[in-house]
Parts: sequence; structure tokens; C-alpha cells
Amino acid sequence: MAVRMDKSWLSLSSENVTKLAAHLGVYQLANDDGEILYIGMAGGRTLFGLKGELQKALDEPPTGVTRFRVEVNMAYRTRRLELLAAHVSDHGGLPIANTDIDESSLGRIRPG
Amino acid sequence: MDLALTEEQQLIVDMVRRFVRTEIVPLEAKLDPDADELPIEDFDRLVAMVKDMGLYGLDTPPEWGGPDIDLVTRCLIAIECGQHRAGLYAPCYYVFGGARQAQLFEATEAQKDKYLHPMLRGEKKVFFGLSEPSGGSDPARAIQTRAVRDGDHWVLNGTKLWISGADRADYGLLFARTGGPGRGGVTAFIVETEWEGFNVRRAVHTLRSAKYATEIELKDLRVPHENILGAEGGGFAIANDRLMRQRIPYAAECIGIAVKANEMAVEYSKVRETFGAPLSERQGIQWMLVENEIDIRAMKWLTFDAACKADRGDPFRTESAIAKLQCSELGGKVVDRSMQIHGGLGVAKDLPLERWYREIRIRRIGEGPSEVQKHVIARDILGAGLR
Repeated sequence: MAVRMDKSWLSLSSENVTKLAAHLGVYQLANDDGEILYIGMAGGRTLFGLKGELQKALDEPPTGVTRFRVEVNMAYRTRRLELLAAHVSDHGGLPIANTDIDESSLGRIRPG
Repeated sequence: MDLALTEEQQLIVDMVRRFVRTEIVPLEAKLDPDADELPIEDFDRLVAMVKDMGLYGLDTPPEWGGPDIDLVTRCLIAIECGQHRAGLYAPCYYVFGGARQAQLFEATEAQKDKYLHPMLRGEKKVFFGLSEPSGGSDPARAIQTRAVRDGDHWVLNGTKLWISGADRADYGLLFARTGGPGRGGVTAFIVETEWEGFNVRRAVHTLRSAKYATEIELKDLRVPHENILGAEGGGFAIANDRLMRQRIPYAAECIGIAVKANEMAVEYSKVRETFGAPLSERQGIQWMLVENEIDIRAMKWLTFDAACKADRGDPFRTESAIAKLQCSELGGKVVDRSMQIHGGLGVAKDLPLERWYREIRIRRIGEGPSEVQKHVIARDILGAGLR
């Protein structure tokens, strides 16, 4: 599994979100340019997993968000932390809408 | 051997049990089922409570500020601290003080000032870097990371795998080959994670979704000669001493979740009815509960036997290997049976059983797989000539 998520982006639309299953996993939200604005997870306490989380994003999208991609992953917690740490390594900081996590709590990785 | 607790031990057990049930378990209702960290305000509050209890820094020697307890008492605390959802790998969410790199107590005075004291004050995080892609169970032979002397420095090249916390640590212990093959060729180094050439390349995701391990690439990492821990070529002894001793509380942690899983199974079997009668009236269920009870007692006897011998200063290598082997194996069986008694609920994230089931499977491999423990025991039975 690649450190960075390499799935295709999908338009954040009701049609695409409806097709999602309620799996546990991680997801990314981005703008039209593919700039990642938020990295989230659908954990064990979510009502409808990734579908529920993306529905929330569809109902109240963070500013600029137009796309999403998901990765079904039972190790959703550690995978999210890895994606966040990789983003910090690549871009020097967290995605702009990730105000829900303290950057200093993340590990420092330098993916090749 | 008498397993009766002293008055002081009973007081500690009661205090920790109350703490887990009233302070830790209620918090878990709001956390993700795989969480291993508390919100900082809860963490700080609970650490203060543990300090008031006089039990902070469980694995820190008393001369360095830790509680003055023996290994038996340490195991009793481990059993109690493990009795909640995150309890196996994040007992009480580390509010009793996180894991310490005990090897640093063998450091020079200058190394202690720079590395040990900040760690003990909780200001710095430390990792332990032994295993490599070539293996972790037989480090004396498996270590391929090479350290070559260059003036006042050593230059390290290689890869480390399965290393917990390296991405969040400030420094750590790395074991590298400075000499020929075998034990005498391995040296321990203290390395700082900010140094050029130290790269955490990826997280390694496992059954344990709460925490990942890491893979570290060492590329021309320059380490000052004064950062050798212990003697040059003495790294294996440093690593081995620590692993042998810590296997005992490691075993006790497996007992904690087994006790809790069995307690849940007993209660559930009394209230869950099938075909007009509680599960507890079915012989098939009764036998599972009986097997749980026997396994838990065996785990306790073996663990306390090892801890007693270590406390007395007697040899305990075989005993700690047996305790680690049996507690990881039998603990898994107890959790498995308890899950079976709960039926569908047992595999759902509503209950902690599915998390314990995943995590205790790792225990048969971590800190030396079952087969390596058997090898250690066989070597003691058959003689040191066995390789």
C-alpha cells in the first residue's frame, strides 16, 4: 500500500455519495485543483461509515471542497495519521480544514 | 508458593481497580473503539490522580522517582490496568507513565543528563530500534545495519522495521553491527531523530489499528562516538536483559483482558436465553467458562512464579519465557471463547472483545514469538550448546 492515497477523485455529489457503502476507512476532500483540504476517517462509532461521513461533508462542505476520494481500511486510525503526517512532510503543514488535530501530535515521516 | 496478597498489595489492587472502573471505563464510551489516546485535559487530570496515588512511572526505579514496588506488585497493577477496551496495548491510556527505555539507566553520566533525565521528566519521547527486515527474534544474527567508525563518529546505514513510536520520538536506541557476526558484534547507539540520515519512511499498519509501527531508513547517519550506550560490542546484552525482564509484566497484561473477557462471558451467559433457558445452563457453555477459569489461573500462577523468582534474585529466564508463552497463547483462547459465548455481539465493535481478539493475536509474536520462547526453554532444558 502506497503511503499517499492514490485513488481517483470523485465529484462531491449526492449521486456519488449515495453509491458509497458504509465501510470504515479514510477519506480526503479536495478543491478543483486537487489540493487536499481535509483528511478524515470513518471510525467505529460512525453511523454509516464512509457514506455517513461523506454525506456530512456534502451537507456542509468545508470552503472550496468539490471532490473526494475514499479508501476502505479497518486500520482507519493509523492510516489517517499516516496520511496527515505525509501531507505535513509534502506540504509543510496540515490540510487547511484539519483544525480538528494538533500538528505537533503527529509523527514525522519522510516518505520516499 | 502462596498467591495471597499482602495488605499493601491488596490496597494497591483495590485502588487501581477502582480507578479503572470509575475513571477510565466511562471515558471510553465517547472514544473511537480503537482509540489509544485520551483528550489532553482528561489525560492531565488522570496523571495528577495517579501521582497522588504514588504510582506514577511504574517502570522507573525508585531512586529515579518511580514507586517502590516489586515485580509481583507491578504484575498485579498490570492485570488491573488492562481491564478496559484499550487495556492491552494502552493500559489506562498511559496515565501511569509511558514505556521507558530502561537501557538508558546504564548510560554514562553525560548521557543521563542529556537523554535519561528529559525522558523521566516526560519531556522527551524515546524509541527502541532493534528489529530489522531480516528478523527480530534473533537479533544477534539478524542485525544487518552497519556502523563504521569515522574519526569521532560512527556512520550507520541500514533499515529498521516494526519500530514503535520512532516518528514521534526525540531520540532512541539503535542497534547496529560494529564487528563480526554474532552477539559480540552488536553495539547500541543513542541517536537523535532530527539528525540527517534518520528517516521514518512509512507507517506499518497491523491488526492493532490503534497504533502503527514504523520503518526507518538509516542513510549515512553520523552518530558521535560518545553516544554509544554501554560498551562497544555490548549491545546485545543490553537488549537481551531488558527483554527478559519485561516479558513478565507483558504476560500479566494478557491476564488483564482475559479476566475481563471471562467476567463479561460469565455475566452474559446468565442473561442471554436460547431455546427457553439461559446460556449458562448449557453444558457446552459451562465447559467454555470452566476452561477460561483454568487458563486464567494457570496464567496467574506462571506469571507470579516468574515475578517471585525475579524479585528474589533467582534465575528467571525459563520462567519469564514460560509466562510470556502461556499468557499470550491462553489469553487468546480465553478471549476467543468469550467472543463465541457472546455470538454476533462478540464480533461487533459495540463490545471490546473484537479489539482484544485482534490485539492479543499480536502478543503471540511481539516480544519474541511463541516458538522463540520454546527455543529459550529448550535451551535451558537441554543445555547451552543448543543453537
